[in-house]
Amino acid sequence: MTYFLQQGLNALQLGSIYALIALGYTMVYGILSMINFAHGDFFMVGAFICFVVVTFMGLPFVPAMILSIIGVSLLGVIVERAAYKPLRQAPRVSAIITALGVGIFLENFTLALSPYPKHIPAIIENTSWTFGGLTISSLQVIIILLSLALMTVLHFIVQHTRVGMAMRAISWDKNVVPLMGVPVNNVISITFAIGSGLGGAAGMMYGMAYPIIDPYMGIIVGWKAFIAAVVGGIGNIRGAVIGGYILGATEIMVAAFFPSTYRDFTAFSLLLILLIVRPYGIMGKPRPQKV
Amino acid sequence: MGNRIIETDNLTVSYGSIAAVKVISFHVEQGEIVALIGANGAGKTSTLRALSGMTTYGGRVSFMGRDLRGVAAHKIVGMGMAHVPEGRGIFGNLTVLENLKLATWQRRDKKEVAADYDRIFNIFPRLKERRQQSAGTLSGGEQQMLAVGRALMSKGTMLLLDEPSMGLSPLLAQEIFSMLAELNRAGTTILLVEQNANMALRLADRCYVLETGIIVLEGTGKELIGNPQVKEAYLGT
Repeated sequence: MTYFLQQGLNALQLGSIYALIALGYTMVYGILSMINFAHGDFFMVGAFICFVVVTFMGLPFVPAMILSIIGVSLLGVIVERAAYKPLRQAPRVSAIITALGVGIFLENFTLALSPYPKHIPAIIENTSWTFGGLTISSLQVIIILLSLALMTVLHFIVQHTRVGMAMRAISWDKNVVPLMGVPVNNVISITFAIGSGLGGAAGMMYGMAYPIIDPYMGIIVGWKAFIAAVVGGIGNIRGAVIGGYILGATEIMVAAFFPSTYRDFTAFSLLLILLIVRPYGIMGKPRPQKV
Repeated sequence: MGNRIIETDNLTVSYGSIAAVKVISFHVEQGEIVALIGANGAGKTSTLRALSGMTTYGGRVSFMGRDLRGVAAHKIVGMGMAHVPEGRGIFGNLTVLENLKLATWQRRDKKEVAADYDRIFNIFPRLKERRQQSAGTLSGGEQQMLAVGRALMSKGTMLLLDEPSMGLSPLLAQEIFSMLAELNRAGTTILLVEQNANMALRLADRCYVLETGIIVLEGTGKELIGNPQVKEAYLGT
């Protein structure tokens, strides 16, 4: 039982990171109906920014976190303006291929600067507490609580601010929003900033939990988070969070009770079955055709 | 001659190689209700879309004396032109109140905005009852009221309405049209696109008849109701 609860904590930690990344996919999809396949690489850039500011500037946790978030937010905004916006009227497949290209660019750009894997030094004091056989580390506490805090802030922005209202309106019908006097391009930029920033935060936290980082680390994590977003119902914010935690829990639990080589195979089989049962995802709804 | 709020000069709108609007010139004066009538595909909706900056066009459109070329759609809203699109364009995932609030994006006069909610809830009491409800749950007539309410919240002094009677029962359509007449008496200029020519002609001060992208007839509402050509083609009697 203790072992199970202990694994539950690990699942929360991994699930939080997947959820944060999945939010970026789902927000961009919600607003542009486009999958930003470079998002996993945004996540990787977050980890590398953390490495740079910690190693070369000696910054502590909080400023490093802020810089990772801001850096990746900016990256998201620039990529959207430079690479995706010109293709907004083009067939959807062009935007998807461009996103894949941006991802490969980011991987190889980072590879050019950093040909060998890097190690992020520990920036928070590693203490752990034990309650009745259950051990929790300071890093786990930080990852879980900070993720929840970021998700709460996101929820507040989307549900209770003007720009959040505009995001929801765009996800319903992008064409009418300019007629309300809303500058759609600015709202799209803000969406990219927030979604990418969450990915950057996830990259930094992932890099602290698994401190060996390399330019390709975003690929498989990005795919997994994308699948989490789809399982939750792509375009649905709550769905992305639920999908992230389901995926995190499945991976950890499979590895805890079966040989760890079964992990991805089992996790993805489960997700495939979920999608067969609910093709629109857990929170997704088939949108009634508008007449 | 009154003050021309909208004036178009050789307006053309094309989608690829298909010309939806082939050179039309018309104007709307301050305080008028002007109707554009015509069958499906006559270019009515494209004309409105050009006016509000939702599509690229050839020729010239001016609004209150200002050339609109290159002005972004959201800025045109800020200048006082409000476009109620075809199919109403309600955001079904937002509440009624949020729909109204979104339309105030360009406004900086907070106090007047607060007063305008009251004004709109006065005109449309049913929206007040349902203000916390998601707009997708409204009936067709209520959605049309919300669409007009939104246009007023954006402080539109020039209303472009695309088929406000579409999908409504004759009774509800009548109700919406009376509201439009009332708004007009209160000072709102209206440009109306309608397939329901009968109602549009009775409401409008002046009217243009469009056929395949050109204006074939123009006159006052009364003149056109009596016109045998219009009678045969659009009034069905």
